Amino acid sequence: MLAQYLLAGLTVGAIYALVALGFAIIYNASNVINFAQGEFVMIGGMASAGFVEAGLGLPLAALLAIGCATLVGILLEKFAVERARGASVVTLIIITIGASILLRGLATLVWDKKIHPLPGFSGEQPIVFAGATLLPQVVWVIGVSALAVALVWWFFNRTLTGKAMLAVSHNRLAARLAGISVRRVLLTSFALSAALGALAGILIAPISFTSWDVGIMLGLKGFAAAILGGLGSGPGAVAGGLVLGIVESLGAGYLSSAYKDVFAFLIILAALVFLPDGLFGRRAAERV
Amino acid sequence: MSSSPTASSAGAPQSGSRRGLLALAIFAALLPLALPNAYTYEIAILVGINAITCVGLNLLIGYAGQISLGHAGFFGLGAYGSAILASRYGWPPLLSLPVSTVLVGALAWLVGRPILRLRGHYLAMGTLGLGVIVSIVLATEDRITGGPDGMAVPPLKVFSYAIGGEKTWYWIIAAAVVLAVWLAQNLIESPRGRAMRALHGSEVAASAVGIDAARHKLHVFVLSALFAAAAGGLTAHYSGFITPSKSSFVHSIELVTMVVFGGMASTFGAVVGAAVLTTLPQVLTTLKEYEMVTLGAVMMLTMIVMPQGLVPTLEKAIAAARRKPV
Repeated sequence: MLAQYLLAGLTVGAIYALVALGFAIIYNASNVINFAQGEFVMIGGMASAGFVEAGLGLPLAALLAIGCATLVGILLEKFAVERARGASVVTLIIITIGASILLRGLATLVWDKKIHPLPGFSGEQPIVFAGATLLPQVVWVIGVSALAVALVWWFFNRTLTGKAMLAVSHNRLAARLAGISVRRVLLTSFALSAALGALAGILIAPISFTSWDVGIMLGLKGFAAAILGGLGSGPGAVAGGLVLGIVESLGAGYLSSAYKDVFAFLIILAALVFLPDGLFGRRAAERV
Repeated sequence: MSSSPTASSAGAPQSGSRRGLLALAIFAALLPLALPNAYTYEIAILVGINAITCVGLNLLIGYAGQISLGHAGFFGLGAYGSAILASRYGWPPLLSLPVSTVLVGALAWLVGRPILRLRGHYLAMGTLGLGVIVSIVLATEDRITGGPDGMAVPPLKVFSYAIGGEKTWYWIIAAAVVLAVWLAQNLIESPRGRAMRALHGSEVAASAVGIDAARHKLHVFVLSALFAAAAGGLTAHYSGFITPSKSSFVHSIELVTMVVFGGMASTFGAVVGAAVLTTLPQVLTTLKEYEMVTLGAVMMLTMIVMPQGLVPTLEKAIAAARRKPV
């Protein structure tokens, strides 16, 4: 039983980790908490389901869906976040929440309010592994998420663009003086987060289905995972996502499935009270 | 850190806010003349209920600079507390309402101590988590709360005379709004209110001049929870039926949006924000499937164009027009 719960936890945890990574990337580049992050997940799932229903093959549908979400991310940065530069934290939160309502509304117009399935990437035949039965999709979720996280790490540590983005997150002014285009970094961060969110949405859709409103809870959980790991920390976001997924799954399995989401938020509250800066966050002093 | 947009710190705040309060009372007294039917009364009552919550929330967000994304939790607890005491234990609503409000205040005091040590986005997460937990508990404990389908609530009774009808409720809510605004204004202009606003500018600087930051934050947090719980209790007895959706994250967000839309650090802004954003969805229902898209777009546009909110932006525009004689 334990293996089964851990595996289930790891699967949703991987999804939370991808969403949390999206939060962290945007936060690092712009200090904005993008509450529309969950909608990228929704767009990923809904668009790929839509393309598949229209007769496209799954790989092409998935690629197009990621493309759609990335475009939405870029538009969101260009037409909303960039224009509201210098607004207060709460104002920016309201803007991204407005964006998420807008995107949910658009989703009901472009698609509908029904629940859509997406076929598993390699069939639905369960595999028995280490005493636990698992869907092949679980392997896909964990494998592709791990690959995506590795790619993100490589991007930030080994490529010039990635390093430029890190530089902006450390000191915007210094980065600008060194000739880094902060505007392009902002755009890239939104594009990258949107792509990661959409990927998460496509990966999870064959397991939990997708609909216009899946983004709300997934977005909240991703935010929770990002906070748990320490805002702005990439490894923290991934660890936070996995911890959250496993706690949730164990809580639902051994204690009460009705309170699944409560466990996730209780662990967050406990973590916040005892580690106010997250698992990997650095303590920041206020400048007076 | 730019200074907070508190217009009341300059000029003659005392007389200005008194005039505002008087204007609000007169407006509330005259409004029924423009309300043709029960439906419009209902919307006016909803506006009033949201205004009470937002005036309290604005003290926390706009003046003390502490965000809460979970205030619908307090609203829901206030509503369910009074509903449960009245229906399951047979308390008179006139007693269950204040008792429930005070209980929610006590709860806010308990959870506020650890939560308010958090700052910025971490505080947002903490309050959000609290709100989500409250909402799930209310939806799951169906033997007490009736679950996701909600529960019936007995009407408010004064000496065995049941208060019903939109018109009576309008006057109760209108009086409560004026009372809430009066309380908030008094607090803001008191030494305690000044300490609170200092926290908004900088907590460290406030502490350096001898302000007990933790205590002041806790007090305003509890006060805003009391406002929300009272509004929740009033809603429960007014509508006679409540569901857990009143305590949901979405409702928390709606409340914060009203405060920010109307203008942070402006009590009348909170009232205006509640009025506009409560009425807007009623108007937008005529747009049917375009309702959500329009609401989202309006939220985004107003916040991009007027990041300080409606009332402060208008105040500034009027002040600028006065300075520049044509």
